[in-house]
Amino acid sequence: MTSLLIRGAALLGSEPADLRVRDGIIVDRGSLAVEASERVIDAAGLVALPGLVDLHTHLREPGGEASETVLTGTRAAAAGGFTAVHAMANTSPVADTAGVVEQVLRLGERAGYAEVRPVGAVTLGLAGEQLAEIGAMARSAARVRVFSDDGHCVHDPLLMRRALEYVATFDGVVAQHAQEPRLTVGAQMNEGSLSGELGLTGWPAVAEEAIIARDVLLAEHVGARVHICHLSTAGSVDIVRWAKARGIAVTAEVTPHHLLLTEELARGYDARFKVNPPLRRDEDVQALRAALADGTIDIVATDHAPHPAEAKECTWAEAAFGMVGLESALSVVQQAVVDTGLLGWADVARVLSTGPAAIGRLAGYANPLAVGTAANLTLVDPSHRRTWSVDDLRGRSTNTPYRDRELPGRVVATVFRGVPTVIDGAVVDPDIVAAAHLEVRRG
Amino acid sequence: MRHLLSTRDLDRASAIRLLDVAEDMAETADRAVRTLPALRDKTVVNLFFEDSTRTRLSFEAAAKRLSANVITFSAKGSSVSKGESLKDTAQTLLAMGADAIVVRHHDSGAAHRLANAGWIDAAIINAGDGTHEHPTQALLDAFTMRQRRFGSEARGRGLDGLRIVIVGDILHSRVARSNVWLLHLLGAEVHLVAPRTLLPTGVATWPVTVHEHLDDALALEPDAVMMLRIQTERMRDAYFPNPREYGREWGLTHERFARLGPDTMVMHPGPMNRGLEISSSAADSSGSTVLAQVTNGVFIRMAVLYLLVAGADAAISAPGNAASATGVTG
Repeated sequence: MTSLLIRGAALLGSEPADLRVRDGIIVDRGSLAVEASERVIDAAGLVALPGLVDLHTHLREPGGEASETVLTGTRAAAAGGFTAVHAMANTSPVADTAGVVEQVLRLGERAGYAEVRPVGAVTLGLAGEQLAEIGAMARSAARVRVFSDDGHCVHDPLLMRRALEYVATFDGVVAQHAQEPRLTVGAQMNEGSLSGELGLTGWPAVAEEAIIARDVLLAEHVGARVHICHLSTAGSVDIVRWAKARGIAVTAEVTPHHLLLTEELARGYDARFKVNPPLRRDEDVQALRAALADGTIDIVATDHAPHPAEAKECTWAEAAFGMVGLESALSVVQQAVVDTGLLGWADVARVLSTGPAAIGRLAGYANPLAVGTAANLTLVDPSHRRTWSVDDLRGRSTNTPYRDRELPGRVVATVFRGVPTVIDGAVVDPDIVAAAHLEVRRG
Repeated sequence: MRHLLSTRDLDRASAIRLLDVAEDMAETADRAVRTLPALRDKTVVNLFFEDSTRTRLSFEAAAKRLSANVITFSAKGSSVSKGESLKDTAQTLLAMGADAIVVRHHDSGAAHRLANAGWIDAAIINAGDGTHEHPTQALLDAFTMRQRRFGSEARGRGLDGLRIVIVGDILHSRVARSNVWLLHLLGAEVHLVAPRTLLPTGVATWPVTVHEHLDDALALEPDAVMMLRIQTERMRDAYFPNPREYGREWGLTHERFARLGPDTMVMHPGPMNRGLEISSSAADSSGSTVLAQVTNGVFIRMAVLYLLVAGADAAISAPGNAASATGVTG
């Protein structure tokens, strides 16, 4: 039997209390006395959140192990307070068969830092021509429910219609990367005055908005649900708001970086700030924050996109799109929407845990931190401040946009299925994590 | 000034200083011994990731006239074409002792990245980066205009009150961008003319007046008309229907040229598409500055290399003293 006592954490919606975890399950909650041989985590002054869930992570394995592996990516996830991640399908080979998604699932189980839910490709090889074996992936051990060609837009409107209909057959959702390809040929940064001045090909907002408008109408037409990845413009927010008011089953995500950073950062041609979709204007950032606060945008998703140093130490045009985000997500959300008074910590739990779990049909997050539920939780110190550096990263790549920037908050502890994966802000050794899971399973 | 990356980085005084030092350099051209010792024992590397014979030769000539050791490095057939990164290339050049790197690159911001990424500690001169800037071209354009307008009275002057029309593919033109910032800085009134498809987003925020029809701009009786090169492959991307229509609407045709005033300068950064953006009658006219621009390019590049590489003492010497500071005597 394993037993863990978390003492004095600030629980959302109630007074600070203690939580007792036994064999991976929360078994008691209230004012509790320490029992013999019980491990104690002092959580006085810390906020207890349900374990964070990321709907949009690039773990790169198989095929991109120089950037990240399932082990290193989930280690980064644990450091950021996540207990579940959805691993995007743009691996090599692409996750478009039951075999590949089950491989990723097994790698996640072996790592032990977080639940890894593979995302299946919508189309074979992400080529946008033929549907992938969605049913096989849905019925596999990986129980895939989120399908996405992320990195590529499902551009063909007829194929998108069919995908929405077919995925719905398996209670799945299409997570669309909204990028009209012809309007973004050679695009490098947000289209506007700055792109004109810097001589970088612009990425117009309408390239995102046109696809979202089309897809919400298609979702309505066929009665399926659609999820929009990484919203980045005020116009996109307007369309999603309109679609929700009309009763269309659309959900949407925003990344932490689109809540904080603006296109001005491109001015120095530092490729760490090159991301897809691009960083936008301050007006867009404000609209995205407001939409997250009023529920138009359902969740925050990291779009954690690790790249090796050489993919960023080059010219802006040559550099890869993307930035890492798992370790910094909670701090960035705190700075952008909590410290600004737009969201409380209960909202953070919704947008970073229960919301993404619901969209991904991930069990165990519906009634978080309740007695009888799985012990997936994150303890956060909101008063902490630090100057962000690569030393704060636990993945394999260091392409963070926050280097040398002061960020608030710190994940002090992460507990996944009753096993501490982060203690005192330090990630626990993988062998210790694996042994602890084994002990939990033995009871 | 440590690098020359963009004309936006210049203030009026430093821009005029550069033009004045170029005047000094121009004066040395007629002497029996044209080579100056200013950059003796300094190494200037021409790092060209993109073909550009005329700019490369101009920089080479400038560096040699200042007695620098010149290494020209073309990306084609080099380790760069085998996948070596910009960072590795830069550090290799630094290891070879480069004091200045003249970089031409197909990507916007490449020179900026070299100067600011912390990879290399040498003066960086932007010889054209993508569709961003080409500052020495703008400086030589301004120098040419000033010289032609003011002759021997040019020193110390800006271009205040001159009306300059820039015509063509503004969207993809690094020459246009550099000229807009520099000409405005020097007090000129800048007009841009192009179809909407070839105007950058946000051009309304630039310190210029934008026209969609060339005849409207020419009716303003400009002091200079600068025609930009049109690449016919832009047609494929639907920027305009065909060369014939482009030439008819935005070309400096014989008829349009004939309506210009006798003192109007006709400029072109070269190479020209005769019969498309510019007629031969305009290109070969007495008002054409095309060849003078090439000649003046060497003087401008000498001035830039001199001010950036010769050292801090040289860089703070008073305008007009470059010749003496470089060891030139009458």
